[in-house]
Parts: sequence; structure tokens; C-alpha cells
Amino acid sequence: MASTYSTNQFKGGLKIMLDGEPYSIVENEYVKPGKGQGFNRVKVRNLKTGKVVDKTFKSGDSVEAADVVEKEMQYLYNDGESWYFMDPETFDQVGASQTALANADKFLKDQDVCNVTLYNGEPIGVEPPPHVELQITQTDPGIRGDTSSGGTKPATLETGAVVQVPLFMEEGEIVRIDTRNGAYVSRAKG
Amino acid sequence: MSTDWWPTAGLAALRQRAGALARIRGFFDERGVLEVETPVVAADTVTDPMLAAIAIDSPGTEAPCDARYWLQTSPEYPMKRLLAAGSGAIYQIARVFRRADRGSLHNPEFSMLEWYRPGFGYADLIQEVSDLLAVLLAKRPVVVLTYTEVFVQQLGIEPLTASDAELRAVASHKGINAPADLDRDAMLDLLMGTLIAPRLGRDCWCYLTGFPASQASLARLDPQDPRIAERFECFIDGMEIANGFRELTDPQAQRARFEADQAVRRERGETAPPAIDERLLTALEAGLPECSGVALGLDRLLMVAIGATTIDEVMAFPIEHA
Repeated sequence: MASTYSTNQFKGGLKIMLDGEPYSIVENEYVKPGKGQGFNRVKVRNLKTGKVVDKTFKSGDSVEAADVVEKEMQYLYNDGESWYFMDPETFDQVGASQTALANADKFLKDQDVCNVTLYNGEPIGVEPPPHVELQITQTDPGIRGDTSSGGTKPATLETGAVVQVPLFMEEGEIVRIDTRNGAYVSRAKG
Repeated sequence: MSTDWWPTAGLAALRQRAGALARIRGFFDERGVLEVETPVVAADTVTDPMLAAIAIDSPGTEAPCDARYWLQTSPEYPMKRLLAAGSGAIYQIARVFRRADRGSLHNPEFSMLEWYRPGFGYADLIQEVSDLLAVLLAKRPVVVLTYTEVFVQQLGIEPLTASDAELRAVASHKGINAPADLDRDAMLDLLMGTLIAPRLGRDCWCYLTGFPASQASLARLDPQDPRIAERFECFIDGMEIANGFRELTDPQAQRARFEADQAVRRERGETAPPAIDERLLTALEAGLPECSGVALGLDRLLMVAIGATTIDEVMAFPIEHA
């Protein structure tokens, strides 16, 4: 039997099933007139699509728990169709689809430890490490010695991602990238 | 190191609380209203289907037992027994308990100021609530509106006559997907709690009157218009601060309401709903003086006083830290 949560267990991060889809509670607000019916107004994020919607529950109602766990897993390789991750404790491997990867694939290198969201054992979301260090494989020659003009140029990284880097960066150099917005953070010490 | 032991309210809030308690006592002392204390633990509780009382075993036996006692949800019943016994005007600062009431404006244990005024109509009591607020808060204008007026002004719908489908359509239009199984009063509560109340009392002390008879609770129905109850609520900064009644004194009518409450509880699957408090009904039979009474949430009042957005900011140790 599926386990359930009562509305008074609602809190940010709780994983619940709504209309057959797994959701994570983002915000929970309890509204109750002193002499009346109480309600929980929640913002929930669909774990498959990322879409955030508002829902209203009668306080005291129960909701089915979603079989969702988040796990630190190590990225192994991709075979052109799926991206494979390994549980470092059990050595179990799972393959994630492009949809689950969303934009994470642009920044993934072998061995990176990612936060993988598993729904009924299947990966539905992959969060890369917040910062990754990647090598520049192609960029136009910059202006040597110019470290202050503040201009940027596109650079292709070893994973195929294209990011804006300062003009002085050269091919072969390693850059530190913020994976949440794809922004250049710094030149990495080699 | 864990910070779990640390109070959630700052020292300034605790001083504010102490000051408010002293001013409240001064206010009632000056007006000749008697401070009373009644039991926090009692054999009976409210039947109100919307209040969940916390049951405990009997405090009167040495070994733990199954006998069911209750933590009070408000001191209303014992205070009415004092009134029927001839106490005259009385007030109480009480700790009250409501199961699972937790949120930014709720804690399962909170402080309630409750008082009763023989000979007062509810309009007199609204005046006295404002007099008290004036000694505790920066003065604001007083606005009195009817339940119907706020629904019409803010949602363009007549709450006493609109169909259930029309009420649901208004919620949906405002982006609120109402749960499917709401009865009419729950639907009204949803609209009030989520769309109307948050906008009330933003720059005033806002009183609502003329609640629907179905939400009369322990208030008398309006003798001129039995569709509405002689009940009022005070809202400040979008929060429900106080709830007052021209008290129902008719024991038969009171018994009928208690029995209706029990029926609602049975219908939703409770096999042993709380019993009717026969001591209260016997007191009403002996004669409750014509009076008005009000209960005011002290913690929320303190929130207004210091501009807090959560109740935790005015309580030393809310439930997770208690």
C-alpha cells in the first residue's frame, strides 16, 4: 500500500503524487479562520517538467507519497542515447534520458558527482555539481596580456558547451563554470 | 552546536509581551472587569467540528488511565458558568490548545485574551475592543463592514445568496483550485481566508459583522434578520485578531447547535465525537445574563505591535522548540 502524508506533515521538499505525477513541495501556507475550515495552500514543482503550480488542500486531507529519492551518483559515460550514473555505495547503474538531463549534459564530465532524482527507481532529474572545471577546445585568439578590458568571446568546452569567457583565455586552458547559469567564474589553476 | 534551545522571539518581543500583559490588566482593572482563572484541563470540550481539541488522560488519577480529559481550546464555557453564577464582567488571559494548528500565524498552544460584558450589545463590545487596541497599538481608524459588503467589494459576489457553483467559479477565476468536496461554509472560508482576509485591516482596524447564520457558532442570530448572526471579527494587517459574539443564552437553541455539530462529526467518520458539556447547558438553564463576549489572539496582536510576519517572532518557544 502506498504511504500517505497528511497536510499537517507538509513542508518544503516533501515529495507527493498529484494527478499521477511526482511533485516536490516548494512552499506551504496554512490558512485557517478561527471558527472555520483550514486549508493548506501549496506551491508544488512537477519533478518531471519543473513547472511550478499552486494547489489548495483541505487541512487534514491525505496525499499519496511519491516514491522519490535524491542520491549523489557518479557520472560514468553516455552511449548517445542515455547518460549512465553509478550509486557509489551499491555500484548500481542507471541510465538517464535527455529529458531527465535537461541542460546538465552540457557540463558533465566522467566521474562528476551529480544529484540524481529517482522516481520509482528511474532517474527523472540530474543536477550537476554547482561548479565544474572544463577545458577550452576552441576559441578565437584573444588579445594577449589584456586582463582588464572586460570584453568576452565565445569558447567551446570539452563537453561541447559554448560559454562566454574573457578575451585573454586561450585554447587548452581550464575554466571554472557555474552550472546553474553557464557563467564563467574564473580561470582554473591547472 | 545545536541552536535548538535558543528562543525564536527576540528579547524586544518578550519585553513587548510583558508590557502588553501589564497594560491589559491595567485597562480592565480601571473598568472594573474582574480577572478570573478557569481550568486549562477539563472533562468536556467543544463540539465545534472545526476545532480539534487535544485529549489527555485523567489528571486526577495516580496511574495513567484511559479516562479522557481535554486541554481547553478557549476558556469560553467555564467563563459562561461564572457569568451565570453572577460574576459580572470578567476577563481571562488563557493558554489555549488546538491540535495540528501550525503555520506562520498558528501555533498549537497560544495565548488568548477573552472577556465578557453583561448588558453589552456587540457594537458596544466592538467599541471596547478598539479602546483596548488604542492602549496597545499605534492608533488607526476603525472601519466596520458587513460580511456581505466585503464579498461584494472584493469579489463581486453576494455570499448569502450566491449559488455554490458561483462561489467556486469566483475562486477559480482568482486562481484558486478549490478541493472538490467543500461544503458551502468551507467554500466561504476558502474565499475569506485566502482572498479577502489578507487585504483587511491594512491601514485600519477592520471589523466584520453580519456573518452567515451557518457560521454563528455560539452567537445569537440577528432578531431582525435570522439569515445572519450577531458575530463580529476584527482584522489587522490581514490577520484575524479577535472574534466576538452577542452570546446565545437560550439553552434549547444551544443544545440543538451542539447536536448538529456532533452529527457533522459522525458524518465524517468520528465514532466518539466529544460529548456535550452538560454543565454549560445547565448553567444556561439557570440563566446566562444577556451579554457579549470576545476572544482576542494575543500573539497576533503582538505581531502587529512589532511588525512581525511570523508568530515565532513573538513566542519564546513555538512547538518545534517547546
